Amino acid sequence: MENRPLEYDYTVAKMFMFTTIALGIVGMLIGVILAFELAFPGVNTILGQGLAEFTNYSRLRPLHTDAVIFGFTLSGIWATWYYVGQRVLKVSMAESGFLMFIGKLHFVLYMVVVVAVVASLFLGITTSKEYAEFEWPIDIAVVVVWVLFGVSIFGLIGIRREKSLYISIWYYIATFLGIAMLYLFNNMEIPTMLATNAAGESGIGNWWHSVSMYAGTNDALVEWWYGHNAVAFGFTVPIVAMIYYFLPKESGQAIYSYKLSLLSFWGLMFVYLWAGGHHLLYSTVPDWMQTMGSIFSVILILPSWGSAINMLLTMKGEWQQVAASPLIKFMVLGSTFYMFSTLEGPIQAIKSVNAIAHFTDWIVGHVHDGTLGWVGFMIMAALYHMAPRVFKREIYSKSLMVSQFWIQTLGVVLYFTSMWIAGITQGMMWRAHDEFGNLAYSFIDTVTVLHPYYAIRGVGGLLYLVGFLMFAYNIYKTMSARPVEESELQNASPMGA
Amino acid sequence: MNIAELQAYGYFALVLLLVVVLYSYIYHLYSTDKKKGGHDYEKFSNMALNDDIGDAPVSPMSDDKEK
Ligand code: HEM
Repeated sequence: MENRPLEYDYTVAKMFMFTTIALGIVGMLIGVILAFELAFPGVNTILGQGLAEFTNYSRLRPLHTDAVIFGFTLSGIWATWYYVGQRVLKVSMAESGFLMFIGKLHFVLYMVVVVAVVASLFLGITTSKEYAEFEWPIDIAVVVVWVLFGVSIFGLIGIRREKSLYISIWYYIATFLGIAMLYLFNNMEIPTMLATNAAGESGIGNWWHSVSMYAGTNDALVEWWYGHNAVAFGFTVPIVAMIYYFLPKESGQAIYSYKLSLLSFWGLMFVYLWAGGHHLLYSTVPDWMQTMGSIFSVILILPSWGSAINMLLTMKGEWQQVAASPLIKFMVLGSTFYMFSTLEGPIQAIKSVNAIAHFTDWIVGHVHDGTLGWVGFMIMAALYHMAPRVFKREIYSKSLMVSQFWIQTLGVVLYFTSMWIAGITQGMMWRAHDEFGNLAYSFIDTVTVLHPYYAIRGVGGLLYLVGFLMFAYNIYKTMSARPVEESELQNASPMGA
Repeated sequence: MNIAELQAYGYFALVLLLVVVLYSYIYHLYSTDKKKGGHDYEKFSNMALNDDIGDAPVSPMSDDKEK
């Protein structure tokens, strides 16, 4: 090879940036359609009765959740991993043909899984376990994709120049290990074709169909141990990995306290795994387990706020940057929403509060201040920071970014406020009774009252989607914006007007 | 002693142990800092700030060999 200076190689990062944006649009669009289906049931059959099977709420809902979790968020995690990993380990993927190959294979197989998931869910092929809807052949492919991610992490670590592992790397490793364990245990299932029923018949059902290895309450427990920790290791841990890299880098400020970041890491790792019981309060799981879930959820606020406060304090004395840079705005509001949903979560996990909140829209409100305000904002900020560096161009438009920020913030606020009001109203109405214990309202009474809030939520979601399209456009235009010098890329990202 | 009582004592012991572990970890982080040739944890932030491929690593792999 000729004597070119060594550079970081962002080929794989770029591929995952593309899927982050594409699957983000798909997932959020379906989400907005779902919101309007709830507000205006006619939308369920908008393409006519013949296609109603594909457009109704129940068919689309898993497509929404899986597209935003396993499409948008996972792609974002990988796009940032293939960027941050090289940089903080100070080693380029160009130095290892093997890791380059693994990275590309990782992407290609992931695409295959995405196609299989979209097709099967559209056709209504599902295990019916929330967030674990994929049937066994897809599960096996997911495991292969995950192993490739692991090879990429540990491979890069193996050839690093920087001996110490930066805190973000700890979080990426935890993401890898956490999800690996959760996914394997929750998806233990038996293809029905291998089973024999009581009447002696075998080879039952379609070849792809399977049933969970756990039954009844055990199944629920494993499912929510998985579900809750999918939030932990998919929506929290890797996003914290991102903010610990991108906020200090973009602002040029060292992390406020590196020691606090280590302490909250271990706190988060330990506490999260025990909190899943809060999804099953007042159900048939043993009482002590519910209490334990509740207690650990309340404690969880400490390590969560440990990271969030550490991020906000990183901006100490530099708050003018928040005003000046839309990129910093996204991250600072992101960690604020993180604090917000990790305050709200523990409150909802208190048994008496959960008695009102469970099954209501308040939960949906909680979910979305976490995912839209924290996960979504942080991933977009990460991609905005990466774009000038991977394309060697300035961000196309700062003013577009600013408008996007305010439109989306308004969207999130409309979303969670409407769902709070709707949820608490719902919870109170369901339990209201007269002096003899007769319920005061029937279900349809709540539906009538909630209608306006559902419409507001739909509008909030639509605003967020509009903002996301602005983001996509901005990144697209960045690819052909003004080229920049290496020296402009030290800290604050270069942005066009 | 029945199983419930055992569990209660076990639980208490566990909580105590965790508190001790947590505080020892904090003590460890702050006491090994700088002095006595320990880590200066705060300088690890530079791994993100100076992350160009040409920048000097905070603790280079080759340190191992020199020792
Ligand atoms: C300290 C941290 C947190 C605690 C203690 C917590 C607690 C809770 C509780 C009690 C529920 C409702 C269970 C129910 O009654 O159905 C819930 C639901 C949920 N939370 Fe959190 N939460 C936390 C942080 C977060 C964050 C940061 C996110 C996302 C970024 C998130 C995403 C979700 C999701 C997706 C659900 C809905 C699960 C479902 O029913 O489908 N949570 N959480």
